[in-house]
Amino acid sequence: MIQLIVANLWLIPAAPLAVSLLILALSSSRRGSAAALAIAGQVIALVFATAAFLPTLQTPGYRALQNFVWFTFGDQPLRIGWVLDPLAAAMLMMITLVGLCIFVFSVGYMADDRNFTRFFSYLSFFSAAMLGLVIANSLLLLFVCWELVGLASYLLIGFWIERPSAAAAAKKAFITTRIGDIGFFLGILWLFGRTGTLVFYDDGRGCLENASLVALGATATFIALLIFCGAAGKSGQFPLHVWLPDAMEGPTPVSALIHAATMVAAGVFLVARVYPLFTLGGINGVTPSLTVVVWIGVITALMASLIALAQFDIKRILAYSTISQLGLMMVSLGVGGVAAGIMHLIAHGFFKALLFLGAGSVIHGCHHEQDIRKMGGLRWLMPITFLTYVVGMTNLTGFPFFFSGAWTKEEILHATGHWPVSHLPHYLMLAGVVLTALYMSRQIIYVFFGNGRGASEHAHESPSMMTMPLIVLAACSILFSIVATPAWSWLHAYLNGEPARFDLSLLVQPMLFVSAALVFGGIGFGIFIYRNVAETDPLAQKQPALFEFLQKKMWLDEFYRWTVVALGQLAAHISDLLDRYFWDGLVRAFAGLGQLFGIFTANFDERGINAGVDQTTAGARGLGRVMSAWHSGQVQTYLGVIAVGMLALLILYAWLT
Amino acid sequence: MIAWTIYITFIGAVVLLFVPCTFARWIALITTAVGLVVSLATFFCDQIDLAHFTTIVRVPWVPMLGMNYHLAADGVSLTLVLVTGITALSAVLFSWDVEHRSNEFFFWLLLVVGGSYGVFLSADLFLLFVFYELVIVPKYFLIATWGSTNKEYGAMKLTLYSFLGGTLVFIGIIAAYATSAKANIGSALDLQALAQFQFPMQLQSWGFPVLFLGFAVLAGIWPLHTWAPTGHVAAPTAGSMLLAGIVMKLGSYAGLRVAMNLFPQGFQMWRNWIAALAVVGIVYAAAVALRQRDLKFVIGYSSVSHMGFVLLGLGTANALGVSGAVLQMFSHGVIGALLFAIAGMVYRRTHTRDLDALATMGLSRTMPFAAFAFVIASAASMGIPGFSGFAAEITILIAAWKAYPIAVWITGVGMVLVAAFTLRALKRSFFDSGVALTGGATSASFVDSGGTSSVSSGERFEPITLAEKFGACLLMFTTLAVGLYPKLLLDRIVPAVEAMRFLTK
Repeated sequence: MIQLIVANLWLIPAAPLAVSLLILALSSSRRGSAAALAIAGQVIALVFATAAFLPTLQTPGYRALQNFVWFTFGDQPLRIGWVLDPLAAAMLMMITLVGLCIFVFSVGYMADDRNFTRFFSYLSFFSAAMLGLVIANSLLLLFVCWELVGLASYLLIGFWIERPSAAAAAKKAFITTRIGDIGFFLGILWLFGRTGTLVFYDDGRGCLENASLVALGATATFIALLIFCGAAGKSGQFPLHVWLPDAMEGPTPVSALIHAATMVAAGVFLVARVYPLFTLGGINGVTPSLTVVVWIGVITALMASLIALAQFDIKRILAYSTISQLGLMMVSLGVGGVAAGIMHLIAHGFFKALLFLGAGSVIHGCHHEQDIRKMGGLRWLMPITFLTYVVGMTNLTGFPFFFSGAWTKEEILHATGHWPVSHLPHYLMLAGVVLTALYMSRQIIYVFFGNGRGASEHAHESPSMMTMPLIVLAACSILFSIVATPAWSWLHAYLNGEPARFDLSLLVQPMLFVSAALVFGGIGFGIFIYRNVAETDPLAQKQPALFEFLQKKMWLDEFYRWTVVALGQLAAHISDLLDRYFWDGLVRAFAGLGQLFGIFTANFDERGINAGVDQTTAGARGLGRVMSAWHSGQVQTYLGVIAVGMLALLILYAWLT
Repeated sequence: MIAWTIYITFIGAVVLLFVPCTFARWIALITTAVGLVVSLATFFCDQIDLAHFTTIVRVPWVPMLGMNYHLAADGVSLTLVLVTGITALSAVLFSWDVEHRSNEFFFWLLLVVGGSYGVFLSADLFLLFVFYELVIVPKYFLIATWGSTNKEYGAMKLTLYSFLGGTLVFIGIIAAYATSAKANIGSALDLQALAQFQFPMQLQSWGFPVLFLGFAVLAGIWPLHTWAPTGHVAAPTAGSMLLAGIVMKLGSYAGLRVAMNLFPQGFQMWRNWIAALAVVGIVYAAAVALRQRDLKFVIGYSSVSHMGFVLLGLGTANALGVSGAVLQMFSHGVIGALLFAIAGMVYRRTHTRDLDALATMGLSRTMPFAAFAFVIASAASMGIPGFSGFAAEITILIAAWKAYPIAVWITGVGMVLVAAFTLRALKRSFFDSGVALTGGATSASFVDSGGTSSVSSGERFEPITLAEKFGACLLMFTTLAVGLYPKLLLDRIVPAVEAMRFLTK
C-alpha cells in the first residue's frame, strides 16, 4: 500500500475530489449520506497521507518524484508532477488531520442549513485542491491548485448568500488575492522564460536545482519577489491582508479550515517550497528578497495584533490573530528559519483550528451571536468549549512547556535573534508576544468570564459531534509539543533532512525565560486591564482616538476604497464614456457622413440628373399634347385634312410638272 | 469526409424550407448533431496530415480566372470546425422554444453555420471570401427579426461593419490576385500555392494591414470593436452564441490563414501594432465591462477582451503563441457561447437583463442550475485553471513573455479587471439577496429545515428545460475537458502552426 501511494501520490487529493463530485450529484435531501461520504473521503485521504508519511521517516531528506508531460509544444514539453518530501508529508498530515476534525465539527455546526450537501461538496473540493497544492512538484501545478483553493474559498465565503455582506466579502477576497496572484503568475512566466522549466525537482534539471539557478542569476530576486506577491495575497500579508477579516462572513468551519489552518498558510508554504529562489546569491543567507519578506512579515504581525485589540467580533479577533501569526511565520522564513516557520505553521494549524472551532461552538451556543460584548460567563455553561479554548489560547500566546505553540514560537524568536541585518525584528516580535497575550486575555475574559450579558444567558454546550473535534485538536496541539521541543527537536531535524538529536541541556536557554516572562507579563497585564469588562472597552475609555483608529482597521479599507478601487472605477468610467461617445461616436459620425452623402446624391439626382430627364419628358409630353389635339377623333376633320392634303399634293404635282 | 459538414448543413437548411414548422427544430437538431459527429470523427479518427493544409476536394469552378472549388484542412481548421459543431448544436438546443417563424429562424441559423464551416475549410481565396460574405446576410435577418433591444440598429450596425471589413478584405484579395496572376504560378487563388509564393515587399507592406484589419473587424479588434457589444445584445440567444462562438473566430482564423500566411514579411512589419491593439483591447474592454448594467453588454465586452488574447497570441509570431491563439479561439468559442446561453436562459424567464433588476430577484435560489452553470462559466472566463481559458491564456502569455514582456505586465492588470467585472456580474445577477436584508445579525440561512419551498422572492419561473440543460452541459464539459487536457487540441494545432512560414525563426 505504501509503495502504491508513493508511486501514485495523486490518489491523496483524488479521494476528496471524487467525493466532492459524488455529493454534487446527490439530491440535497440526502444529508446523512453527504456527510458520511465527505468524512469517508477525508479519512481515506488521512490514511493515504499517513502511508505517504511513513517512508519519509526512514531516510532523512527523503524525496520521491513523479513527473510527466502535461502538453508539448514542438520540442518543448510543459511538465508537471508530484513530489513527496518531508515538507509535503508534514503538510499532508496536518491538513488531513485538521480537515477531518473540521469535517466532523461541521456536521453538527451546519446541521440546520438548507444547503448542507452543497457545503460538504465545496469543503471536499477545497480539501482536494489543498492537498494537490502541497504535493505539486511544479510551479504550474501549484498555481493551478492555488487558484482552485481560491475558487473554493470564494464559494465558501459567499456560502450564505442571503447575507449581502457575505457576497461582498467573497468578491473582495477573490479580487484582492487575484492582485497578488497576477504577480505570482508573472513570476512564473519570467521563471519559465529564463529556465524553460517549472518543475521544482527533476534530477538536476528542475528550476530549484543548481543548473537552473545558475542560469537565473540576478533575476532570481525579482522572480522571488513576484512569487512573494502571490504568497502575500493568499497569506494575508500587508498590504493585501484586508480580505481575510471580511472572509469571516463564511461559516465558522470554513474560517477554521480555510482561513486559519490551511489555505492562508499556503503562502508561507509557497515561500518555503521555492526557498532556493529566495536565497540565491545571498551572503550569510541574506538577500534583498528575504529582507523584504522579513519586513513585510514584521509590519503585518504588529499591525494585526494591534488591530485585534480593538475588535468586538469573536471571529474577527481570531482573524487578525491569524494574520499576525502568518506575519510571524514570514519573518521566520525571511531570517532563514525555514524549519521553524513550517513548524509554527503546523502547530498554528492545530491550535488556530481549535480556537476557531471553539469560537464556532460559542457562536452556536449563543444562537449566532458573534459580538463578544454580548457574551460573558460562558465558562460554566460551556465547560468543554471553555477548557479547550484555554488550551488553544495558551498555545497561541506561547505559554511555556506543554503547548506546541510555545516551542515553535520560541524557535522563531531564536532565529530572529540571529539575523545578521538588524535586531529590530527580534525586539518587535517580542513586543508581538506581549500584544498577543493581551488581546487573547481580553477575548477570553470577555467571552468566558464575568457575568452573562444578553446573548450568553441561554447558552448551552454544543453536541458531542462538535466537542469531540475540539478535544482531539486540543490533544493534538499538546502532544505535538513532544516533537517540537529544543531538547528533542525531531520535527526541526525532519524538515531539514537531518537526524534528530536528544539533548536536555538545550532546554535551558535565556531566550526561553525572556519570552516566558513576556507571556506571563502580557497575560497578567491583560487580566489587570480587562478584569471588569463591560459593554465599553477599557482601552476605548482611556484612549478613544487610538481605539477608534484600531477598530476601523487603521482606515485601510477606506484608504483602498478611495485609491485603488476609485482608480479602477475611474478607469472603467473613462473607458465606458470613451466607448459610448468617442469610438461609437466616430462610428455614428461615419454613419452620419454616409447619410449626408446620401442626401446630397439624392438631391443631385433629383435636381440635376433627374431634372434633365424630367424636362426632356416634359417637352415630349407637350409635343404629345399638341399632337394629340390633332387627333380629335372626328371623321369630318380627318376627311377635311385628307382633302386639304390631297389638294396640296395635286397643286405640288402640277407645279412641279 | 469533413467536407460533408458543409453539405449536410446546407441540405438541412434547404429541407427546412419545405417541412411544416413542427419539425423545424428537429431538422436543425439532427443537422447540427450530424455536423458535430462528422467533425468529431474527423478530428479524432481520420488520417489527415495535420501539419499541412491538405486538399479534400478540388473541382474547377471558373477556370478562366483560376477559381476552384477547393477545400482543405489542417489541425487549425479542424479545431475551428470542431468548435463550430459544438456551438451550433448547443445554439439549436437553446433555440428550442423559438415558435415565431421557426422554419425561417433555423434556416438562417444553419446558413451561418454552413458558411462558417465553409470559411474554415476553404483553400481557395475567392471561395473563402464567398463563404465569408455568405455568413453576414443571415446574421442580419437573425438579429433584425428575432432579436431584442434595439434590434434593427444592432443588426444594421453589425452588417455594415462586416461589409466594411469585407470591402477591405476584397481590396486585399484583388491586390494579391493581380500580382499572383501575373506571376503565372498555375492557380492564382489557391491558398496552398499562395502560402509558398513570395509577394513583393511593397505589396506586403500595405496589403497586410488592409487584409488583416478587414478580417480583424470581425474578430473585434480594438478600436473597431463597437459592433460586437451592440450586435450581441440585439441578437437572440442563439444569435449571440453563434456570434461569440463562431463568427468572431471567422475573423481571427481568416486573418491567420490568409493575411499572415500570404504576407509574412508584411506581418512581421506590422505585428507590433497588432500586439499593441490587442493589449489595449484586453484592458480597455475589461474596464468598460465593469460599468455595464446590461448582462449581455458585460458578456459582449468580455468577448472583446478575450479576443484580445487571440490577437496578442497571433502578434507574438512564434509557434507557441499562435497555437495558443488558436486554442483561445476554441476556448472562447465555448465559453462565450456558454455565457450568452445563460444570459438567454435568464432573460427568457425574467424578461430583463438589467443587473440592478436581477439583483433583487435572488436568482440563485429560483434557478439553481443556471446559477451553477454561470459559476462554471465565470470561473472559465476568469481563467481559473482546469478550464480551457487558462490553458489558452497561459500558452499565449508564455509566448508573449518572449516577444513582448511589457505587454504581459499590462495584460496582468486586464486579468484583475476581468475577475472584477465577472464577479460583479455573477454577484449581481445571481448571488444578491432576493430581499434587502436589514440588520446584518440575522443569519437568514438558518431558515426552517423544511427548506426548498421557502423562496424569499415569491416569483417562480418555469423550470430549466432538458434541452437547455443538455446544451449547457455540452459546453461546460468541453471547456473542462480541454482545460484539463489541452494536449487533446494542442497536439493537432501545433504541427499545423509550425508548418506556417510567418513565424519568427
